[in-house]
Amino acid sequence: MIELYESQRAMRNMRKAAMQRGVVAILDVGSSKIACLVLRFDGSEKMGDDGVGSLAGQSGFRVIGAATTRSRGVKFGEIAAMGETERAIRTAVQAAQKMAGIRVDHVIVCFSGAEPRSYGLAGQVEVESTVVTEQDVARVLSACDVPDFGHGREVLHAQPVNFALDHRSGLNDPRGQIGQVLATDMHMLTVNAQAIQNIAHCVKRCDLELAGLASSAYASGIAALVEDEQELGAACIDMGGGATGVSIFMKKHMIYADAVQMGGNHVTGDISMGLQIPMAMAERIKTFYGGVVATGMDDREMIEISGDTGDWHHDRRQVSRAELIGIMRPRVEEILEEVRACLDAAGFDHMPSQQIVLTGAASQIPGLDGLASRILGSQVRLGRPLRVHGLPQAATGPGFASAVGMCLFAAHPQDEWWDFEIPVEKYPARSLRRAVKWFRDNW
Amino acid sequence: MQPMTEPPASQVHRPDPAPSRLTYRIERLMLTPLFRLALRVGLPALIGFGATSWYFSYEDHRTAVVDGIAALRNQVETRPEFMVNLMAIDGASSGVAEDIREILPIDFPVSSFDLDLDHMRETISGLDAVRKVQLRIRQGGVLQIDVTERVPAVLWREGGELELLDRLGARVGPALSRAEYPQLPVVAGKGADAHVPEAVALIAAAAPLSGRLRGLERIGERRWDVVLDRGQRILLPEKDAVRALERAIAMDQAVDMLARDIAAVDLRLPQRPTLRLNGEAIGEYWRIKAMETGENQ
Repeated sequence: MIELYESQRAMRNMRKAAMQRGVVAILDVGSSKIACLVLRFDGSEKMGDDGVGSLAGQSGFRVIGAATTRSRGVKFGEIAAMGETERAIRTAVQAAQKMAGIRVDHVIVCFSGAEPRSYGLAGQVEVESTVVTEQDVARVLSACDVPDFGHGREVLHAQPVNFALDHRSGLNDPRGQIGQVLATDMHMLTVNAQAIQNIAHCVKRCDLELAGLASSAYASGIAALVEDEQELGAACIDMGGGATGVSIFMKKHMIYADAVQMGGNHVTGDISMGLQIPMAMAERIKTFYGGVVATGMDDREMIEISGDTGDWHHDRRQVSRAELIGIMRPRVEEILEEVRACLDAAGFDHMPSQQIVLTGAASQIPGLDGLASRILGSQVRLGRPLRVHGLPQAATGPGFASAVGMCLFAAHPQDEWWDFEIPVEKYPARSLRRAVKWFRDNW
Repeated sequence: MQPMTEPPASQVHRPDPAPSRLTYRIERLMLTPLFRLALRVGLPALIGFGATSWYFSYEDHRTAVVDGIAALRNQVETRPEFMVNLMAIDGASSGVAEDIREILPIDFPVSSFDLDLDHMRETISGLDAVRKVQLRIRQGGVLQIDVTERVPAVLWREGGELELLDRLGARVGPALSRAEYPQLPVVAGKGADAHVPEAVALIAAAAPLSGRLRGLERIGERRWDVVLDRGQRILLPEKDAVRALERAIAMDQAVDMLARDIAAVDLRLPQRPTLRLNGEAIGEYWRIKAMETGENQ
């Protein structure tokens, strides 16, 4: 079990090194755009008496460079063409570096695809002494029975969500408490190993060091859900270009994540096919005139469709906005139905609070919240990412939710399995700690 | 039907916006702080140093630069604003001024940069007659020398020569004869020049005897003798010589002591002032004593 996490541990150390240096880049590899933010950590953050810093702890960093470029070679949130993706990453990183005026060496990447799968793990262990120590926490984490998630898959997140000591559950930090049986619940997210390897390879080809990986569903949940939604329970639906991420938060922990392999690009494709126009124009028509609820006014609003085929009749066509909406709506409904299926599979209807937050660039379709509330449930709102220090106005839209979430993730990473101590039994032989334990047991 | 005009702008094929790997790497290198510092500071410094070293590696370049600097310096120094044309000596008697002009061999006009005023001041201060000297270069190219001369206070007779000493005992100059300075008192004896202030104080204290005072003599480099006319002496102690002299004067004023036939008044032991009589006076003294005791001669 431990070997799996060595690369994650290495990435965590890399991130610590990057934080010490003060500059780290965020890379959001999406299907429609690749965004790069350069963060500077000035370390001026000070915690108040209540453990909350100024600006809810976000004053510790500042965005000093931001750039986006159209994504190429990424399909469904996964890398489909290595060279194209590498060039796109290079474009974004170079532009962001130029804006920041400083060289970036460490990059934290998030991506939406690669078939994420969630597992709930449970472990239980007897406390060695009367008081729970860090070693007990490590042991209970390693005692979780890991399901067989299949060959060729890699663990992306493994976060302990809950600790229970004897009969008391819902503990955040059981250390120092007195009890006999320590149990934990853990959420584990696995993705395809090839996707991770491809991304790592692309980042390496750009002379960057990979300092962390995250699922974009998780990152956009951090950014778009407000604190009480994270606490009480909510789902964040990140509608991107090629994939739609679903993440469910409860008690400030992600407890479920999934992705639907459909997004805004499919809507554009439908328009392109239905109206027989190029993709660029379909995208333009979608962003200017798109919608999901048709009214009588829309029958009279005609959209010019120009073309350059040379056929006069073909180039001088007009469609009404109602027709456009008639093309878009079924696809959006289909996406939302899939999301509904994901939420049902996760048991979202048993949650105490069923708030749903739509974010991502495709959530900007007018009338989407009405349609979503009809399909997903009544408590739906459109979410925009949190404002962080120094973020340019152009990068504050819902399409940057996962990038902003990665900023928060970089500044305040959640403890993952590999951040806890390694249990003594799992240490390699000749370890000093093992020797100390032997001495303590025998004398 | 193809349009004959240019295709619309949206159809223009744009080149790949992505930088090539080389461009990307170069840009990253240029954004490295240390590299930028090296490029901004290190490289110009290196080029400058290299060019200078190359230039000065040739002998003729070196001499040309050194000669150029020397010529420029000379050109500035010989400007008329910096030239000194004459020397003015104030506060010195004509003889001393002559001496000063003699020991300062300056060929006017000379640049003020070439004048070493400190050295000149030391040279002038080396003259016996000069107590203090101030040198400065006045406006208009004049070397102004303000001299304060020493004022002779006593004449010192030593080994048949007469010297003039000021009130601190420093030499002022030789005196040809006693008659040249009738108003100055005379001191004599070896080591007298080291105690001129005391001698001056004694002479001031001996004002009531001024008509009879011939001078002071230093005895054994230790104490003073006041020499009066008729060969009379007042032997003063080493310490408190002035008090002792005042005492002698008081005795003189009380009993007219010094007018009598006395060879010396010995005040070396303060508790026991002693008079030394002349030969006839001592005989007379014995005679009177014998008469008093009724003893026959």
